[in-house]
Amino acid sequence: MADLAAKDSWVEIRRTVLAPGQRAPQVPDDTQRVPLEMRAKGFLVAPARLGDEAEIVTAAGRCLRGVLSEINPAYGHGFGAPIPELSAIGPEVRAMLRERGRFK
Amino acid sequence: MMDGYESIMAQRADIMRASLGLDYARYRTGVLAFDYERLLADTGYDIDTARRVQRQTAVGDTPLVELVNITELARAVAAPGKGARIFVKDEAANPSGSFKDRRASLSVHEAQKRGYKGIAAATSGNYGAAVASQAAKAGLRCIVVQEAFDSEGIAQPEIAEKTRACEAYGAEVIRLSVGPELFYLLLCVLKETGYFNASLYSPYSILGIETLGYELAQQVQQQVGRFPDVVIATHAGGGNVTGTARGLKKAGAADTRMIAASVDLSGLHMASDHDFNRKSFTTGHTGFSMPFTTWPDRADVPHNAARSLRYMDRFATVTQGEVFYITEVLAELEGLQRGPAGNTSLAAAFIIAQELNQDRVIVVQETEYTGAGKHPLAQLNLAKRLGIDVRRGDPRENRPGTRIVIPEHPSQLAVTDVDLDGVRRSYLRHAIDLLSADDRLSDVDWNFLADETRTSRRYVEDIINESRRKTG
Repeated sequence: MADLAAKDSWVEIRRTVLAPGQRAPQVPDDTQRVPLEMRAKGFLVAPARLGDEAEIVTAAGRCLRGVLSEINPAYGHGFGAPIPELSAIGPEVRAMLRERGRFK
Repeated sequence: MMDGYESIMAQRADIMRASLGLDYARYRTGVLAFDYERLLADTGYDIDTARRVQRQTAVGDTPLVELVNITELARAVAAPGKGARIFVKDEAANPSGSFKDRRASLSVHEAQKRGYKGIAAATSGNYGAAVASQAAKAGLRCIVVQEAFDSEGIAQPEIAEKTRACEAYGAEVIRLSVGPELFYLLLCVLKETGYFNASLYSPYSILGIETLGYELAQQVQQQVGRFPDVVIATHAGGGNVTGTARGLKKAGAADTRMIAASVDLSGLHMASDHDFNRKSFTTGHTGFSMPFTTWPDRADVPHNAARSLRYMDRFATVTQGEVFYITEVLAELEGLQRGPAGNTSLAAAFIIAQELNQDRVIVVQETEYTGAGKHPLAQLNLAKRLGIDVRRGDPRENRPGTRIVIPEHPSQLAVTDVDLDGVRRSYLRHAIDLLSADDRLSDVDWNFLADETRTSRRYVEDIINESRRKTG
């Protein structure tokens, strides 16, 4: 089953470190209202399902516990679509250097 | 595994002492004063030693590149005869892709020398990747604690890339939601593991940057025949300005003006969950540079070794849209995809070059690697998704968190100067706040405050006495 992770799978766990209201005194209200959440990755110590309490061994060799949230978590960041407000800048400044005879 | 917040914060001094191996109390010389130079010198890392250590891991000796086309563009919009030559120190050529390798190298070397098993740092930026990279080569374990996502689970794309980079170097990455309790988690990690604390603000971190200023002074000397007239550093916590300026002085470039440049993020709260993903910049902004310039000792060590007010001749801000604009220009006119970080100082350099004669030399002292997440496209796509208005127009209409205005023409770029006298007064107010009514400042303290604010004893005496009279 897709949500069952085998022992030694590379996974992510999550846990709440500080509950709302227990945050550092200096944080603004919007931050005070939400928990301090932690996510960490490592190799699963024993088979577990998504949503189960699980233990991992991290890259530094530490044992951490939390709720199993992802199996083989992907890196989802990228670039996204071109931004039209940036696309014209290159042609504009190259045209200026052509006018000055620097570019052909 | 984790002690409560209050409990750990109460153990802070002991944890920091064990994890840095530095007894800051030894350097106290007055009520406020400490011996800054001795704190740094006692580490044993002079320029030659630092360079020798850094060369073992291919850190430093980065190229100095003249930006001839950007210089030409500045001259196209400058008054006749104006438009200094703009150079950039291509720090992206360091092993993990930024000048932060310089900061990490001496900490990792020190940790290894003193027999620590691992090293840890609280950082969401390039510094984490730098520590992880240096630790990988040294065979040390590494833990990086990041502030990475908001309460909706939306990751800041640039930090997501730093997570990936740290993990690629074999580090454990602890990702947290928004808040200053990042530091609490770091203390928990240090207490549990006994690792070395690669603080960004330790003497090792600052001494590691001196080589940058030293190298660039020598490179300009070799390429142009004299020292640079101006060096501009992107300014956040103060390390970049401090280390670079110290390195310039050590190379003999005593007359080079040091300018600090930050992105203006005024109006956004740095510990706000709501504002976190609306900054569009993760560092080099006023959210760090203002508080750290006006009071450096808010850092995670008792005495911050980054004391930028001692070194800056000028402090200027630029807008978010101006930095995105110059980032495009750098790629399209110079064939260099770099930044975001160094491009804050590049935007400022483009403008300040127009104040100077054409025979002058201005150096942007860093670049960083560009990649997925670390790019204007990633930031502006996120900004649009969160409802921020992105448009071309007059950069003076830029409003952090609400509207990002990309200039329509290079002549629209302008810096806003920060009033350094106001910054100095703010620094002195913070100093006074530490004093109790019966504390008496000695000669050492007065001279220290004059050094800290780069003013005279008379100046600080006048301001402090005036303030104490008012509060009576």
